[in-house]
Amino acid sequence: MIGYPLVGRRCRGMDSARNQANCRELLQDEWCTAARGMRYNGRKVRRGSLVQHAWIEPLGDRAVMVRLGERPDETFQRIVTLIAYLDDHPLPGQVEVVPGYTSVAIYYDPAEIEPLIETADRLAPVEFPCPYDYVRDRLLDILRTLDARDAPPAREVEIPVCYGGDCGPDLEDVARLNDLTAQEVVEIHSSASYVVHMIGFAPGFPYLGGMDPRIAAPRRDAPRPSVPAGSVGIAGVQTGVYPIETPGGWNVIGRTPLKLFQPERDPPSLLRAGDIVRFRPISKEAYARWEGQA
Amino acid sequence: MTIIVHKPGLLTTVQDMGRYRYQRYGVVVAGAMDPFAYACANILTGNEPSAAALEITMVGPKLWFAQDALVAICGADMSPAIQGERVPLWRPVLVRAKSLLEFASAREGARAYLAINGGLIVEQRMGSSSTYLRAGIGGYAGRALIEGDELVWGRSTAAGAAIRRSLLQEVEDSPHGGGAADRPFIAARWSISSRALPHYSKHPQVRFLPGPHYGMFREDSLGDLRQGSYVVGPQSDRMGYRLEGKRLMLRERRELYSEPVTAGTVQVPPDGMPIVLMADRQTTGGYPVIAQVISVDLPLLAQTPPGGRLSFRQVDIREAQRLLLAERRDLAAIRAGVRMRVQSAPWTFGGCWHERA
Repeated sequence: MIGYPLVGRRCRGMDSARNQANCRELLQDEWCTAARGMRYNGRKVRRGSLVQHAWIEPLGDRAVMVRLGERPDETFQRIVTLIAYLDDHPLPGQVEVVPGYTSVAIYYDPAEIEPLIETADRLAPVEFPCPYDYVRDRLLDILRTLDARDAPPAREVEIPVCYGGDCGPDLEDVARLNDLTAQEVVEIHSSASYVVHMIGFAPGFPYLGGMDPRIAAPRRDAPRPSVPAGSVGIAGVQTGVYPIETPGGWNVIGRTPLKLFQPERDPPSLLRAGDIVRFRPISKEAYARWEGQA
Repeated sequence: MTIIVHKPGLLTTVQDMGRYRYQRYGVVVAGAMDPFAYACANILTGNEPSAAALEITMVGPKLWFAQDALVAICGADMSPAIQGERVPLWRPVLVRAKSLLEFASAREGARAYLAINGGLIVEQRMGSSSTYLRAGIGGYAGRALIEGDELVWGRSTAAGAAIRRSLLQEVEDSPHGGGAADRPFIAARWSISSRALPHYSKHPQVRFLPGPHYGMFREDSLGDLRQGSYVVGPQSDRMGYRLEGKRLMLRERRELYSEPVTAGTVQVPPDGMPIVLMADRQTTGGYPVIAQVISVDLPLLAQTPPGGRLSFRQVDIREAQRLLLAERRDLAAIRAGVRMRVQSAPWTFGGCWHERA
């Protein structure tokens, strides 16, 4: 038997919106069962499994979106857990898995899935075996067995940063806006640890969570036509590192000699979703030495 | 086995099926805007459907072939010609050495694909030959072609050799008699049936699935999307098509967390003007997504020039995937058809060369 026949059969032949509503209903139904630690559909459901937070919908006809909650702080471990699992145990037809702040997209090839459904559904024929239904059912199976408490340990990455001066022309502005000294901004920025929620916007660009709001600063009124690669910036309550030279409106407070994106490497990005990042202040001389070695 | 670029055209790039598996690192997929025409061009030259080919945009290049080459041009009609003689589309063509292939402006469609048997050879980046223009990665030196570039193609495939043999045979057996040697090119007398081809239009109807945030939009805006029409704006490019028309409004403004987006994702920035994300889209986006254009209609979009007018029709995931699988079967059938066509000696068909598709 494949999957989750209750959801599978009930959903077939319904329009997409009702389909979703129906799934959620069934999921909540199952959540109650799971919370009591019972067996469901002949299968033991883990207490606290990811399925109780999950919301699955199509992202076009070649990808599926799994939403795992509302806020990035609560979804972080869930996303890391799901990605680690799918990397090790890819779904049939899986092309790639891409994390967002609170969601994960799984790209797949419907043509690879089609033959699988025809076998599975021989006893319960439907008018068209929809690959999306198949992928969703597989995902529900997987989510039921996963628990965010089993998330793999995070990698920690230290990023050396030369703050202020030529490397960080906007450090003084950020300090002034927040009634702090430049040194205090550096201390606050480099004492926190940040989580990498996702990589996006530009190749290797990390969306970091965990910046102290005391050093928040709005985007610059006029974006710079060119911000050098390695620049460490602040925009609102977010901080990030520019992996490639690009125009940008963030307040640049420092620069790292590390290369965040190297297309000839595999993986090409220094960071990945789930990493923990710390910034370590280095002197101008250390920055120059580092650059010289590279 | 070299092509020299005499004139580059408006935007001519090396593309393939796209660069997958690296979106999680923020690397855009890129690849052919019209994957169907691109795959057809490869199939007609005996390549794997995923071989590197040229994508030619709006105004075509002038390309000098140093050696004989088996090519196919699919997609937009840019009146390609050699020595003033039109080179027909959607079929294999044997271009003779020392010929100049000249493209003009697109008369129909917006993007043409030129595939060459053996595939274009460029350095692969992250498993793909596609050009990612903004980051300068992949393709030919990470950029669009410029005058003087030299493109190299790879070794002939067995299927390519069979197609080439059959083209030469066709000419020799033709009632008008031989003379294959002194023609600038030899085009097959058959082509992909027009029934299998998408109908390019300046007013295409594209089908969509409701996007994740469909329900966040006002009822009248959803009506505008379904019944109205949207003009493809002048700033539309490989990254996205900016549409102009009735503003699409949210019931209430909400900040969203960035999430993955894909080809065909229709996102709506605060100004209410939708953007359809195309091949060079960013991997993630933070604007509400009202709709998702289905895969089989992306070629129609890719072939709609700025100024074209789109209308939208809603379908469900079941229909979208049924159409996608049907398109895959069409491509497989075209591939099998080409193989059959060139494996049988033409005389066994009894004058099949008189049929012209």
